[in-house]
Amino acid sequence: MADAVISIRGLRKAYGDFEAVRGIDLDVERGEVFAFLGPNGAGKTTTVEILEGYRKRSGGEVSVLGEDPQHAGREWRERVGSVLQSCRLDPYLTVRESLALFAGYYSRPRPVEEVIALVGLEDKVDARAGGLSGGQQRRLDVGMALIGDPELLFLDEPTTGFDPSARRAAWDVIAGLRDLGVTVFLTTHYMDEAQRLADRLAIISRGEVVARGTPEDLGDRESRPATISYRGSEGEVRVRTTTPTRTLHELTGRALEDGVDLEGLEVTRPSLEDIYLELTSEAAE
Amino acid sequence: MTALTLVAHQFRFDQKVFWRNPASVFFTVMFPVILLLIFATVFGDETVDVNGGIETTTYYVPAIITLSVISATMQTLAMSLVIAREDGRLKRGRGTPMPSWVFIAGRIGNSIVVALIMMALIATLGRVFYGVDIPWDRLPAIVVTLVIGAAAFCCLGIALTAAIPSQDAAAPIVNAMLLPLYFLSGVFIPSDQLPSGVIHFADAFPVRHFFEAFFNAYVPATGGGAGVEWGHLAIVAGWGLAGLLLAARYFRWTPRGG
Repeated sequence: MADAVISIRGLRKAYGDFEAVRGIDLDVERGEVFAFLGPNGAGKTTTVEILEGYRKRSGGEVSVLGEDPQHAGREWRERVGSVLQSCRLDPYLTVRESLALFAGYYSRPRPVEEVIALVGLEDKVDARAGGLSGGQQRRLDVGMALIGDPELLFLDEPTTGFDPSARRAAWDVIAGLRDLGVTVFLTTHYMDEAQRLADRLAIISRGEVVARGTPEDLGDRESRPATISYRGSEGEVRVRTTTPTRTLHELTGRALEDGVDLEGLEVTRPSLEDIYLELTSEAAE
Repeated sequence: MTALTLVAHQFRFDQKVFWRNPASVFFTVMFPVILLLIFATVFGDETVDVNGGIETTTYYVPAIITLSVISATMQTLAMSLVIAREDGRLKRGRGTPMPSWVFIAGRIGNSIVVALIMMALIATLGRVFYGVDIPWDRLPAIVVTLVIGAAAFCCLGIALTAAIPSQDAAAPIVNAMLLPLYFLSGVFIPSDQLPSGVIHFADAFPVRHFFEAFFNAYVPATGGGAGVEWGHLAIVAGWGLAGLLLAARYFRWTPRGG
């Protein structure tokens, strides 16, 4: 792929006897928001930390912005921003100071005021990080990752533990990054988060990718059995079918011949959440 | 940006963080002042049989400066680095283009500046309240001694972080090492009151040697020479070098807990 920002082939990572990542292939294209979705302990953080250059891999090939993160230097770090899963910011620095501190680490930083607006902390500019809510701290953390004007941003579980309004605020910030042209690699164990933010996603379970695609067609949603339900004379009828068009035609044809109405007729596809739970539990067996 | 600009940038923010943190201001700045006031009040009228007999207050000014320097360097660094490590801030910083050593250099600069400020503060209090002369003619020797000692105890503080598993363990471990050494080295109890066996034991550790070097630079009664005790300073520097090697080998940037 010509414009792959991240390219992974056969990635493996073992900790002693335990294989946390067992042969992953992935490509992330420039400008997209890619979600890496999976339950806790699936290998998400291990993978993202290999991509960020924090961990060494046990096997496979990895290219991030054209370089092997394991050997990448300062120039490469100028182009990459990372938000770690758990990092407490310095409680004694204000929002503006925290951003100014990190701005000094980069050779071409984005203006501090601009980043404050990007992460929606205009009202908290002179508040110390220690006094911010969890959601605000995480947005400041995202701002500190954006201050160097990166091409690629890693977000490791950016909204874990947030209340709904804080999640929504974080989502707005992440959705806004797409307009800046920043490529985003996001890990999450929230289905709705991936569905809401990602252009494409991969589901990881026990160190392996078990499904990939856009949120709409993920896990071959189209080819999974649909359920046709209606109320017949003997009560609720549910038909599982992989060919809903044909089955529906037969059902309605017969009903018309018999002169009966199929009350409450409904065709439903499994939701992304149904598929996710099915896929991650299949792999767990 | 030159390396020096980067260190100055980091140092500026480390200073803000130091002075805004109530724990560091209390233990590093207020605590030595309180100790000086207590010792001077309790033992003020006595004399110490050191260097031909000096007033107790003259003894305690360099003693408390010694403690302040070790507190500003070894103690402050060990605690703040462990906290930053366990909070994930050291790891976070490593993901930026900033060279890792700049984070450490900024903090070392912060420690040495705080040590110099504490020396000025304690010396001034000693002069104003207790009439302890500030030996201006020996200032070069005093500054050389302080900077060598501060650098060595910085290295020891960084090395010590490797032995501290969590934020909660930082203060107990640092105090368990330093408090007994302050007593045994004559910082709290004048050395003429300590059995010679205790002093011999304390001679095995850097606190005693740094105290001797600083004391002899500060108290003119010793007479002769520029006041730099190269013998004691060499031992202090040796400890610092050992700390540096241990730190280079065992220092970690990523959280140990959780």
